[in-house]
Amino acid sequence: MKVSPLDRKTSLSIFDRMLMMRYFEEAVLRLHQERQFASHFHLYIGQEATGAAVLEALGDKDLICTTHRNHGHLIGRGSDPGQTMAEILGRSSGLNRGRGGTLHASDPSRGFLSTSAIVGGCAGLATGAAFGIKTKRESNVAVGFFGDGSLEEGLVIESFNIAALWKLPVIYVCENNSAGAMGPQQGGYPTAITATDSFTRLPAAYGIHCVKVDGADIAAVYAAATEATQRCRAGQGPAFIEAFTVRWPGSSPLWPEPATVTDLNEAWDPARLKGPHVAWLRDHDPLLRTARDIVAHGYVSQDEVMAHDKDARARVEAGAAFAIESPMPLSETAHEHVFA
Amino acid sequence: MRKMSYAGAIVEALRTSLSEDPTFSLVGSYVLGLGPKRILMDSIRTEFPDRLYDPPTSEAAIVSIGAGAAMAGARPFVDIGTASFSYVGWSPMVNEAAVARYMSGGSLRVPVVYHMLHGLRGGGAGQHSGSPQAMLWNAPGLEIVLPSSPYDVKGLMRSAIKSDNPTIFINHARLMDIEGDVPVEDYTVPFGRADIKRAGRDVTLVATSFVVHAAMSAAEQLVADGIEVEVVDPRTLVPLDHKTILDSVYRTGRLVIIDEAPLSCGVASEISAIIAEEGFEYLRSPVVRVTRPDIPVPFSKPLEDAITPTADKVIAAVRRIMDPRLKKSAPRLS
Repeated sequence: MKVSPLDRKTSLSIFDRMLMMRYFEEAVLRLHQERQFASHFHLYIGQEATGAAVLEALGDKDLICTTHRNHGHLIGRGSDPGQTMAEILGRSSGLNRGRGGTLHASDPSRGFLSTSAIVGGCAGLATGAAFGIKTKRESNVAVGFFGDGSLEEGLVIESFNIAALWKLPVIYVCENNSAGAMGPQQGGYPTAITATDSFTRLPAAYGIHCVKVDGADIAAVYAAATEATQRCRAGQGPAFIEAFTVRWPGSSPLWPEPATVTDLNEAWDPARLKGPHVAWLRDHDPLLRTARDIVAHGYVSQDEVMAHDKDARARVEAGAAFAIESPMPLSETAHEHVFA
Repeated sequence: MRKMSYAGAIVEALRTSLSEDPTFSLVGSYVLGLGPKRILMDSIRTEFPDRLYDPPTSEAAIVSIGAGAAMAGARPFVDIGTASFSYVGWSPMVNEAAVARYMSGGSLRVPVVYHMLHGLRGGGAGQHSGSPQAMLWNAPGLEIVLPSSPYDVKGLMRSAIKSDNPTIFINHARLMDIEGDVPVEDYTVPFGRADIKRAGRDVTLVATSFVVHAAMSAAEQLVADGIEVEVVDPRTLVPLDHKTILDSVYRTGRLVIIDEAPLSCGVASEISAIIAEEGFEYLRSPVVRVTRPDIPVPFSKPLEDAITPTADKVIAAVRRIMDPRLKKSAPRLS
């Protein structure tokens, strides 16, 4: 697929989403270390370009289902950082009144229907959301974000079959972040365990339109997502995008660790890079790469980038403060919201 | 009122819903099972060809797709077929549909209906005879409906389709041919309201679905013994009408439950526990559960007959607890 360079407005909009995602996740990690919440959690650091560019390509009425690595998708979709952080902290002011937490946060008012922490669960739900769109004769699309491990689940393969049979307007975004990840042999997260040498072979077997992209390249992801939405809206059926990213070194076993701390000056001043993860920061950090690119394209100055950076940090910090100050839910409300 | 088959009443409820709500669609069309009444679905296929989607044999996916479509604002009716197959779709049913509203903090609705045919059907053996209602009752967030008559199935199905919650609609293949009075006009039977199918002063007999008919047969035969049995059909397990069951036990002082789910942690167990907690002082004799025993369903007819909850087993249970030699455990409070 030929990728045209992104215009200034689109590039900056994607970059702003990425900044919010990154600083939100750094705040989540900090609040966990401060014991503001206790559960296990997953960070989106290192995958921001994929989510931000896909979300940029969507319209307000499009629907989103995602997997447990969900904070970036929520923040990128425009969910309030305060309410999102409050949900992660289990507060009554959270997006879901503390019923969902990090593993299930959702924002239906923004078309963000579900975070399913059942591996592959979101693929079925996104396919269903697309079926709902079809039966309602609407022209929006549904997107399901999931990791490469989801391709091991039967439900995902069954969903491909039905989406292809019924030409459903669903876009599967497989965020392949296994590269660079420690496998279980190194005491790390499990990575994909599969006999196939290419995940796109699976949806392709059902005739689904498949694209592989560099997940750290906003132009490539945006082009793939835009093409997929156009196909869906034209009734041409589902699409599958496999976006490759290199795992952030902080995705260590069980709980993320503060392996790197973002400093955008490193984007244009490599001499500042230091520590054990210089290679990841230099070659694979999508935020530094995008900052460098938009300056190189002449879209913004370094000072303007730093102004965007400051603004995103401030918005995230205001959200974190709101979450910390928010009350816990009252225990007598545990029975509320089971049924409509 | 006109007589109509149970299967015909289902088709009427589906037709009304399809006509009324353009977002209502069917995923799977073997709602009436594979018996002779299945041809009644042909009219739906003819009238609404673009509203009926026959899916591949992918129970997990169709359950998940039903949940996702409902989240997106549609009203899907997902036919799983034989209830034993629902186990293949357990995760999306229990992990997604049931909990989605709660996990969203009340900001999401999941108006999906999952339809299935449960129970002993004659030769169904270990993989086509399941009665998963008790297991599903242990998954909070699902409404569970078990009709027993043509009147109830039409009204309950209309309520299920209008419900904004995920609803498990459990029919029984052996109900399809049963005839009964069904109004021509549209109506709903509300959830959470039990129906007293037969009034009686001596024993409360709780039954749902197909075994309501075994319960009625037992009640009629026990008249000869001078025993008047009250048959209470909860019609929905979630929500459950505690009050009608408790009030009945208050009047009769005795409780027998007949059910096709296996004994342990079954429907009968839960109703027994409710009476033990909320109506213990009403009881004049022990509660008796007449259910499938805790064994897989056998194929061979005499073996299947042996494990089937029947009118004869209910009659034996009622005679046992009505025996005047039985020690009275507590004075009646009425």
